[in-house]
Amino acid sequence: MSLFEQPRTSVEGGGITRRQAWGFFWLIVAAVVAWMIFAVWPAWLNAVLISKKAFVSAVLNGLTLAGLYFLVASGFTLVFGLMRNVNLAHGSLYLLGAYIGYEVGARTGYWLLGVAAGFLVLAAVGVVMQVLVFRRLEGDDLRQTLVTIGISIVAADLMLAVWGGQTYQLATPAWLDGAVTMPVITAVRSNGASVFLTYPFYRIVVLVAAVVIGVGLWLMLNRTRVGMMIRAGVDDRAMLSASGVNVHAVFAIVFAVGAGLAGFAGVVGGSALSVAPGEDVRYLLASLVVVIVGGMGSITGAAIGALLIGLAEQIGLVYFPTYGVVLTFIIMVVTLAIRPQGIMGKAR
Amino acid sequence: MKLHRRSLLALALATGLTAPSLALAQDDTIKIGLLATFEGPFTVLGEDGERGAMTAVEELGGTAGGKKIEIVKGSSDASPDSAVRAARKLVEQDGVKVLVGPLSGDEGIAVKDYAKTQPGVTFLNGASAAQDTTFRDPAENFFRFGTDGAQWMAGLGTYAFNDKGYKTVAVVAEDYSFPYTQVFGFMAEFCKAGGKVPSKSWVPIGNKDYSSVIAALPDDVDAIYVALGGADAVNFLTQYQQSGGSAPLVGGSITVDQTVLTSQGKTREVLIGTPAAGPTADTNDAPAWLAFTEAYKKQPNAFPSPSLFAHAYYINMKAAILGLNEVNGDVSDGGAKLREALAKLSFDTPTGKVSLDKNRNAIADIYLTEVVEGPDGNLLNKLIKVVPQVNQTLGIEEAEFKALGAVSRDNPSCE
Repeated sequence: MSLFEQPRTSVEGGGITRRQAWGFFWLIVAAVVAWMIFAVWPAWLNAVLISKKAFVSAVLNGLTLAGLYFLVASGFTLVFGLMRNVNLAHGSLYLLGAYIGYEVGARTGYWLLGVAAGFLVLAAVGVVMQVLVFRRLEGDDLRQTLVTIGISIVAADLMLAVWGGQTYQLATPAWLDGAVTMPVITAVRSNGASVFLTYPFYRIVVLVAAVVIGVGLWLMLNRTRVGMMIRAGVDDRAMLSASGVNVHAVFAIVFAVGAGLAGFAGVVGGSALSVAPGEDVRYLLASLVVVIVGGMGSITGAAIGALLIGLAEQIGLVYFPTYGVVLTFIIMVVTLAIRPQGIMGKAR
Repeated sequence: MKLHRRSLLALALATGLTAPSLALAQDDTIKIGLLATFEGPFTVLGEDGERGAMTAVEELGGTAGGKKIEIVKGSSDASPDSAVRAARKLVEQDGVKVLVGPLSGDEGIAVKDYAKTQPGVTFLNGASAAQDTTFRDPAENFFRFGTDGAQWMAGLGTYAFNDKGYKTVAVVAEDYSFPYTQVFGFMAEFCKAGGKVPSKSWVPIGNKDYSSVIAALPDDVDAIYVALGGADAVNFLTQYQQSGGSAPLVGGSITVDQTVLTSQGKTREVLIGTPAAGPTADTNDAPAWLAFTEAYKKQPNAFPSPSLFAHAYYINMKAAILGLNEVNGDVSDGGAKLREALAKLSFDTPTGKVSLDKNRNAIADIYLTEVVEGPDGNLLNKLIKVVPQVNQTLGIEEAEFKALGAVSRDNPSCE
């Protein structure tokens, strides 16, 4: 991505400020992206990038995957930012949410109930974890981290015992099924008729949900009293406590929201893809990478990190599948080398 | 306190050191290691492999060479290093002299290499079916009584071209040795018949999101050959159905296996009518197969019909026990007599006669199948044709077959 590139125009002499140069640069990027998506591709571009359908689908899939990663990673980054606690059991929360969503959805027949259950049950689990485990080990980062590894191993085996090793597919309701035609022409037939891109409706819903939740989180953090306390806690926990705020209550809220979002993502992601043992580690790893790239403790950073990783994974899968996995880690290594605190992270 | 703790530690150490010899001292039992994927993306497959192995143990009365069989389980996650770790644990800590496993292709090659460092232990393959586990650089003490992935494809390429009329086929397969072997077996016949394979997509094992791969498939192919297993196959098939995919499918052996056919979800519509080939067929009505199915169904949580993993573990476990019977359970000579007996062993399985070639790889019957809906609504592999006694070189002269080169992403090719 072009985030690290310097604008070519220089500040001296030309009368263009640095800010204007950046604006100009992003305008060009936006124009190129818009052209790539909406124009009918010339033959040479199709030859280079397999086909327009493949490219645009990969980008859209990257965006929806980024949505899922954001949902999981935002809880992770919130908890870290506030409590300095790397919760390595976060992936287990995702998987447990997915299984609970499956059970509730399959028994009641209402998928939305499954989604709600995934959020609420995991929020409760989060509070219990905070009260029973993390409050007791407060200030002892290493022990907290080790305990969370232990919890994740025990949880993985318990879930394997209850739900077995098979793959579950959460059934989405009929109104979420099917594909929609996007206003994107992928090819023109010889008789002049345009072929439009079709895309699964459910995945668009996932993307929209992630954006709505992201905006909601931002508003909560920046426009509400609780959000103000959380931000204050991120900056200086002792001072917040000294000014009369019940820090433990704030911690419990953050943990509930973080764990609940992981559970929510589990149900939503399990419906888009599938649920099986091993997902916990996969999403833990994904959120770790997302948070390292985006910057620990920043919601905006989690969004940027999720976008980068989601797009890299899907585009890598299409264009160089064997080495696609490496791409994700290249992004991480480059970030760590250039900006060790992450793209939006604050140096501490 | 300090002294107490130290003496406790010494006691624990002493117990740990003597425990293996205690176990060895029991002369009336024989330990057989069972290595399968009880974790990771192939968990369901490994569990069914265990059912097959236990079916063999129970069929032969739980004894081998007059000694009671004690099964020691080892678990891997389909990665080669996990398989070697589990094999090491079974051999070096539990002291097994006979080991049945592993399940997956790369695992088989890794365990074969490990077998070379343990000449006193006899290894029998589980269900792993990469060609080079036995074909190139084989290990003297590694036996495969199940066939390999290329053998499993016997008859499918010709059937797809001649009977189904597919002239061009795109390939989607996992990126490791077993699918390479399967694609090799399919293309060997399909390309010879005149078919073309314009595109191959190699996907990392354990991938979840196939929609980008599906979008990149060419639109102008007659069919798509899918060699994915377990959760990977379920994910691909569901997303293929969701994206409105319309090209018919041709299945790799484990893609249309009971481990996939029984999964929950929307895979049915795209699967019915899919031709495939493999070492088993669900609607086989040979009495030996029906008897095997009945015995298999007594295992806990069994599928309606045994998967090819149950079948492969059954055959290899049975071979191990038959071999041990012939030497009266005597492996005190480092298993030399046992291996001699195994090399000559030939027996009737639920799927016809099995014997070994000079590389200790099986020659056996292969079944051409098609997915149909069974009487009670579950999906089954209907038997179309039996290809008798397929050997590892697919009937081609060995030197000529070797000249085709090792299986890989790019070999073979017929664009």
